[in-house]
Amino acid sequence: MSDQTMLVVDNVSKRFGGVVANADISIQVKPGEIVGLIGPNGSGKTTLFNSIVGFHPIDSGSIQFLGEDISRLRVPQIARRGMLRTFQQTRVYDGISCMNNMRISVPHRAARMRDMFAHVPPEIDERAEELLEFVGLFSKRHLLAGDLSFGQQKLLEFAMALMNGPKMLLLDEPTAGINPTLINGLIDRLRRANADMGITLLVIEHNMRVVMNLAQRLYCLAHGEMLAEGAPEQIQNDERVIAAYLGAH
Amino acid sequence: MTESVRKLLPILAIGALALVAPYVLPDYRIQLALLWIMILFALTWDIMGGQMGYNSFGNILFFGLGMYVCAVVQRDAGLSYYPGLFAGLAAAAVLPVVVAAVLGSGLLGLRGHYFAIGTLGLGIAAGEIASGWDYIGAGSGMVTPLYPGEIGARQTFFYFASFVLATVTFLALRRIYSGRFGLAVNAIRDDEDKAEAMGLHTTRYKTVAWSVSAFFLGMAGGLVGNLNGFIDPRDVAFAGATYGVFMVLMAILGGKGTLWGPVIGATIFHITQEVFWTYLLGWQRVALGLLIVVIVVFFPQGILGWAKARYPERFGIRVEAAAEDADGR
Repeated sequence: MSDQTMLVVDNVSKRFGGVVANADISIQVKPGEIVGLIGPNGSGKTTLFNSIVGFHPIDSGSIQFLGEDISRLRVPQIARRGMLRTFQQTRVYDGISCMNNMRISVPHRAARMRDMFAHVPPEIDERAEELLEFVGLFSKRHLLAGDLSFGQQKLLEFAMALMNGPKMLLLDEPTAGINPTLINGLIDRLRRANADMGITLLVIEHNMRVVMNLAQRLYCLAHGEMLAEGAPEQIQNDERVIAAYLGAH
Repeated sequence: MTESVRKLLPILAIGALALVAPYVLPDYRIQLALLWIMILFALTWDIMGGQMGYNSFGNILFFGLGMYVCAVVQRDAGLSYYPGLFAGLAAAAVLPVVVAAVLGSGLLGLRGHYFAIGTLGLGIAAGEIASGWDYIGAGSGMVTPLYPGEIGARQTFFYFASFVLATVTFLALRRIYSGRFGLAVNAIRDDEDKAEAMGLHTTRYKTVAWSVSAFFLGMAGGLVGNLNGFIDPRDVAFAGATYGVFMVLMAILGGKGTLWGPVIGATIFHITQEVFWTYLLGWQRVALGLLIVVIVVFFPQGILGWAKARYPERFGIRVEAAAEDADGR
């Protein structure tokens, strides 16, 4: 890595008609970090995610990933460079089994034309079973993904992202809708994905207990602007952040 | 009996029936040949419409194109009958693929209903162009070269050619559905945005899926032109109101998104249609229309789709978590 920074978001703005969803947002994520992104509802967190992964064009500013400008690339191109996102409203392939969901989530970076017609090699199946066991869905591997509960689909989506072997993962509310007793297990898995698999994480999270536990650094957005940045303890005690959450803004 | 033998049995049984059929029912050889073509129609429509979730109403374009390309090569290449036919069929496979790839780059950017509407005009436009172009006989159509064998041998020859082509189509699709292609087009059907977000080459898969349809439909067109002996631009080649609609209905009737569904749907549909012609002459279109309504109302998921929902275990779909749960995995 040339400058020791994995993701650089530099003064990015995005507006929808008259609504300024993101105004001159800058964030940086270093390799191996777990960074949290918080803010009240409607503060522009998901818009920022969408801008980073190329879901919509940005109005100004630039985004670099691994030293390469990706501001104008589209979603699949960015995904193939090793940056994936999960969705707030969980998205899996409903009509096929969990194993098949995993099989088609392999990285497509080096996919050639003839791979399209290839059979799925056995090592892919082994890896898929390993990861399904990692998230606790091994016994449900042959069920249709659409028949899983919302929380289980969330876990499946996480396993699919890991199957893709990304360098960086953007998680949009990974614990929303998950049974509170399972949340600790999920935090543990996110940490292991970070430590053992070397995946850098940028996490949007509303559950303060989770994000304070998980993230090493936090960014706080409000009304589309960057409000504060720093270590969890700093953010927790920041007057502006408290005011934004309590609506005194 | 091993799993693979058990899976092969229905194919072998159908193959044996198919081999004796033209000798047992010699008067029905053309209808039996068309049955194989109908199966091919439903199978190729289902690649896009069923497995990938892109309802195409323009696939008839590739069929008509193949029919004309084959006939033109046979007429102008200066070869004797069989070499001319093979050259024609080869051209009838290649050109529709090129057209599918070119059209796909524009049309496959459309999703859902927009794609369906976008393809709707293709067959109609092609029919209009063909009926105004003198090089291919314009509105008075084209006559394919005379079959060199004795009287009646033509029907047998094209019956077996259709049988072989439909079988090859079936086996080719079975092969590609079982690998990454099948998974990818299913993923596109279930959630295309998600597939893109996972880095899948969605445009590549969509274009190839349409090209595979075009490849087999083009050759089918070449065969049907010769089976018929005469090509009419609107009623035979670009017959959107009959073949173009039938291919959709047959796949839906049998169960779209399954491998055997289109085969079952096409067989039932074709036989029913012939029975209507024979016994309800004058009312056959009304009966067919009623059949279509019945299919859509009572079997929205098709015969196999209905069976799958009712007896999921028989189709290898598990509804219960695996037993390994008990030993703590």
